[in-house]
Amino acid sequence: MENNSNFEIRKPPVATTGILGWCRQHLFSNWVNSFITLLVIYFLYQLIPWFLDWSVFSADFWTNYKGELIVDRTFCSRVADPEGDHGACWAIIIVRFYQFMYGFYPSEQVWRVNLTYFLLVVALLPLLIEKIPGRKHLIKFTIAFPIVAFILLYGGFGFQIIPTNKWGGLLVTLVLGVFGIAIAFPLGILLALGRRSQLPVISMFCTLFIEFIRGVPLITLLFFGMVMLPLFLPEGLNLDGLVRVLVAVTLFQAAYMAEVIRGGLQAIPRGQYEAAQSVGLSYWQMNRKIILPQAIRISIPSIVNTSIGLFKDTTLVIIIGLLDLLGIGRGALADATWMGLSNEVYVFVALVFFIFTFSMSRYSLYLEKKLKTGINMGAD
Amino acid sequence: MKKLLSIFAVLAFAFSANAGTLDDVKNRGFLKCGVTTGLIGFAAPDDAGNWAGFDVDVCRAVAAAIFGDSSKVEFTTTTGKSRFPTLASGEIDMLARNTTWTLSRDVNLGFEFVGVNYYDGQGFMIPSALGVDDATGLDGATVCIQTGTTTELNLADFFRANGIGYEALPIETNDEARENLFAGRCDVYTTDASGLSATRAQADDPDKWVVLPNIISKEPLGPLVRHGDHQWGDVVRWSLNTMIIAEELGVSSSNVDESKGSNIPEVLRLLGVEGGYGEMLELSNDFAYNIIKQVGNYSESFDRNIGPDTPLGIGRNLNALWTDGGILYAPPFR
Repeated sequence: MENNSNFEIRKPPVATTGILGWCRQHLFSNWVNSFITLLVIYFLYQLIPWFLDWSVFSADFWTNYKGELIVDRTFCSRVADPEGDHGACWAIIIVRFYQFMYGFYPSEQVWRVNLTYFLLVVALLPLLIEKIPGRKHLIKFTIAFPIVAFILLYGGFGFQIIPTNKWGGLLVTLVLGVFGIAIAFPLGILLALGRRSQLPVISMFCTLFIEFIRGVPLITLLFFGMVMLPLFLPEGLNLDGLVRVLVAVTLFQAAYMAEVIRGGLQAIPRGQYEAAQSVGLSYWQMNRKIILPQAIRISIPSIVNTSIGLFKDTTLVIIIGLLDLLGIGRGALADATWMGLSNEVYVFVALVFFIFTFSMSRYSLYLEKKLKTGINMGAD
Repeated sequence: MKKLLSIFAVLAFAFSANAGTLDDVKNRGFLKCGVTTGLIGFAAPDDAGNWAGFDVDVCRAVAAAIFGDSSKVEFTTTTGKSRFPTLASGEIDMLARNTTWTLSRDVNLGFEFVGVNYYDGQGFMIPSALGVDDATGLDGATVCIQTGTTTELNLADFFRANGIGYEALPIETNDEARENLFAGRCDVYTTDASGLSATRAQADDPDKWVVLPNIISKEPLGPLVRHGDHQWGDVVRWSLNTMIIAEELGVSSSNVDESKGSNIPEVLRLLGVEGGYGEMLELSNDFAYNIIKQVGNYSESFDRNIGPDTPLGIGRNLNALWTDGGILYAPPFR
């Protein structure tokens, strides 16, 4: 084909390549799409400048429009000068930032919470980064993390005990979310395997458990944990309120997780089981080495989905009186010093939740890419 | 649900029939008090994370009476739904959470209301531009009303009794009601008068709103304890009574020390200079002195948290002393 070199290679038409082509193909491919595109652009044009103005450019942070330090709501520009064009008053968040993060945790002990947050990141490292040096040892730490975190946060072993009614804010949200997901995951695997088990008693128990838990709303389970659990415990043993809620949240999440993983299990071709059995693997070996790695891999999007759901559902604990991130925000609004600044509080709480859930969903996308879950299993 | 709750309450009570609550509290070294998750003026955490408010002061008064230290309280936040189970299960020693004293709660749920610290009642708030000064003039108004509450039933009764009509705009929370009212989607908001004052205080210009004088229901709010432990009930009851009696006698946190040299016998009895009234409650004889010194009398607590000089700006009205035209009244301290 050497002699073809005197032909000029024509580029594709300008309208189909580059930014222009992309726009034409994706945004203006026909009348309806063009109309929707313009409509959306118009709304964004209206919304984004307004929101930026409200939340940043005309907003108060530490000081108001006169340059005074904001110590209560009456100093906020939009309260002090209702006729003027003023935006959010973030001072409520800044002044109460400690409460939003830690609740009523004593400030001289708060390094324990910070250390726990730091160790949480360390514990997540081997899960997030596959090629991290010393991954095997780090994994051991990850498994031990819940116990370490409990001792650090609650106390004992020489640490001063901080009762859980002093916990609050993001701390409670994270404790419920992280512990709930971390305990529910292995529990969910066991339940999923149990439901598919050949042993009728185990399979019936697991099915009943899953169906019962899935059949009632989380709020019901929370009340169950709050009100009825103490009645089943021996006299004198008073389980901590947060622990009882954690039990309810974990059971709820485990049931959903079990169904997600069962979905993954059902997608594994029969041949995989038969192959595993034919090489003489035991039930547990087969599941641990052959079945579960594949099943979990295809379930990742759903696992992350239910985890995000649970993380957001933790705000329901306000109904039984625990002050999580949202609860602390509402508490701040119930103080005469700051009442009425609900927009600021709710926007801030939404932002914090968004940061966490968005990170989770990004991580799931990264995992999917890394494990190529989209590819047909048989051909992989 | 109520029936179920009462069964739990009875069960929980049967399980927790142990030593006296007062001894438990003394041994533990602090009081466990249930409050709301946040209600303007009545209970809310301040910027430093300390609970403050009119209901919180009742808890602090009891702690001052028992330990001589009003800070020895741990607060447990409860909601309208969780408050009764939490008290029944013994997780808290007492509940001071704007709870209306009703027959069924007193009798059926197995609790004991030890007194009333705030006489509330359902009222109406309207824009002052409406030019109405009595609720009977609200014919045809759109009313923001929290669904599933007694306020809804009271409202229907009131309008029916007066032969006038209204249109209900159902809402869920206080915040929602506030936004709807301020945006003009309803003409009237009805809930307990204290809640109306809190809503009014949050307006950009509170003068544009008025709370009408009509009060259409009785909502006596007070602290409560579990039924059956009368000694403990007495401690909480007389801690509250002490605050009211102190106001009657003109004893406040600022003059309590001088008052020890008073020549009024009841003041001397109250402050423990004469008689052994504290011992009768198994407290120290100066328990009332500690309450007044550290928490203050009723009017001090009222003015500090919900009174005319606070953003809530609630007048004493029904909560004035019986000698000042209100119905606040405590039995004699003797």
